[in-house]
Amino acid sequence: MIEALGLTKIYGRKKAVDDLTFTVQPGVVTGFLGPNGAGKSTTMRMILGLDAPTAGTVRVNGKLYREHSAPLHEVGALLEARSIHTGRSAFNHLLALAQTGGISRARVEEVIDLVGLREVARKRAGGFSLGMGQRLGIASALLGDPHTLILDEPVNGLDPDGIRWIRNLLKSLAAEGRTVFVSSHMMSEMAQTAQHLIVIGRGRLIADTSMEEFIASSSHNLVRVRTTDPDNLAAVLRGPDVSVVTAAGDALEVSGLSTDQIGIAAGRAGITLLELSAQKTSLEEAFMELTKDDVEFHGATMTNEGVSPLETAGADR
Amino acid sequence: MSTVTATSTRPSAAAPKKVTQARVLLSEWTKIRSLRSTVFSLLAAVVFIVGLSILVPSVTVSHWPPRDLREAAGFDPTTRTLSGIFLAQLAIGVLGVLLITGEYATGMIRATFAAVPSRLPVLWAKAAVFATVTLVLMVPTVLGAFLIGQSILKSKHLQANLSDPGVLRAVIGAALFLTVVGLLGIGLGALLRNTAAGISTLFGLLFVLPIIVRFLPSSWSDPINKYLPSNAGEAITRVHTDPAALAPWTGFGLFCAYALVVLVAAAISLRRRDA
Repeated sequence: MIEALGLTKIYGRKKAVDDLTFTVQPGVVTGFLGPNGAGKSTTMRMILGLDAPTAGTVRVNGKLYREHSAPLHEVGALLEARSIHTGRSAFNHLLALAQTGGISRARVEEVIDLVGLREVARKRAGGFSLGMGQRLGIASALLGDPHTLILDEPVNGLDPDGIRWIRNLLKSLAAEGRTVFVSSHMMSEMAQTAQHLIVIGRGRLIADTSMEEFIASSSHNLVRVRTTDPDNLAAVLRGPDVSVVTAAGDALEVSGLSTDQIGIAAGRAGITLLELSAQKTSLEEAFMELTKDDVEFHGATMTNEGVSPLETAGADR
Repeated sequence: MSTVTATSTRPSAAAPKKVTQARVLLSEWTKIRSLRSTVFSLLAAVVFIVGLSILVPSVTVSHWPPRDLREAAGFDPTTRTLSGIFLAQLAIGVLGVLLITGEYATGMIRATFAAVPSRLPVLWAKAAVFATVTLVLMVPTVLGAFLIGQSILKSKHLQANLSDPGVLRAVIGAALFLTVVGLLGIGLGALLRNTAAGISTLFGLLFVLPIIVRFLPSSWSDPINKYLPSNAGEAITRVHTDPAALAPWTGFGLFCAYALVVLVAAAISLRRRDA
């Protein structure tokens, strides 16, 4: 369990994290979402006591991180930038970390096998690919068999095989009753892994909700309808909370009604339907919509007038 | 790479064990012995000391007696055979800085401090392990270098004996001096967190400061000179105490105090600053 209370971090004049309050529950994978620069990594460093909060507190399993006498057994962490000395072998890296908490060599060997680094365990970590480095980071997070796992962008640099492996690992760890807190800026990945979401933008909390609610609340689920008689159908369907828009290819886009309701209404009016399909908003779109005002860096987009200037959202740097 | 599907992470480590200073010492020992830079730097230090203990006495013997008789009068056979320590201090000082800044440069420091959140045990363990390794290696090295050098000087009957007054102290003192240079490096590395800054500050203190002081009027430089870190530290390596220098153990004590001040400053900074 991770409990952040009014967590704030100010670097110079920039508020990297702004009054974050949230709780990460055990037993489910909690996704920590936000655009780049939103403050995810800073928050994670504060959870681990690496950066001191300017204000507020964050507790892990009931205590401040530095109050734990056996921290590796409480929290396992994979930090975004590789936290591995490039000159040391994977085995010795893990052994040195293990020894601080009296963790056995057998456990070191075990986590090496668990992440599939057996063949390269005695090689210098400096020669590792990004994916191997991530696996080594995950191995060090698992060393102490911790109750809580904090992983910053764990799928970065992994191949599809590795991504599937992480996804299953995280789910199985959560199923064992552990707290699993995973940051990502890739929404599609989160959609398949996380059951709960904490979304931040420019350091502020935007949403703390279940994955389903997140998608439902931030989307206007559309139903796409094609019919032989679009004008009549639109007239039949329109109501106080219903909007009907004509889309490309003679289709109508209806919001505010389910596919069932539309089908029944069309049947009563004797209108022939050619297509009736729900257009689920993807997590990616829901996220984009929710954070569009909180993205720090916008790319220039092509418009009819040419290239628009950078939006002012991030211009305060 | 094979993909392992983890269904569970069975703990083979039984009950959680606390982080203790002894465990952190063991961890730092693993770290220091598993880096090639440690091995190379220490090997370089040994080669410098032993190499110059052959080279310098050989040249001395072949040019003896010197044309300038004052040189013969001030001849110190012990110092002559241990000139390699001035090169070795580069290797050991740089290694001391790198032991800390290498962790900052690679990001390892975050893993280290996540494992040891109180942080200070890491600094003390690094200092203790490095000091022990350096001392254990340097004592036999300087003793060997002394004996090799004296056997060469023997051909002109210039040799000193370990039983001569002050000689054993000067020889062992050379190893002590190098050890404290290493500790100064660790302290500066932890304080500055950057390899280039750490190394240049260390060399600035040891080598550049004496040069700057030399440019001051002698009424200023004379009283300051003996308190400079390098001059204070080297006092213990000289058999015959220069009247302008501090007494051997006084000088060494001051040198240790400088290193301690830097280490304490580093400790305060480690506790206060973000990793």
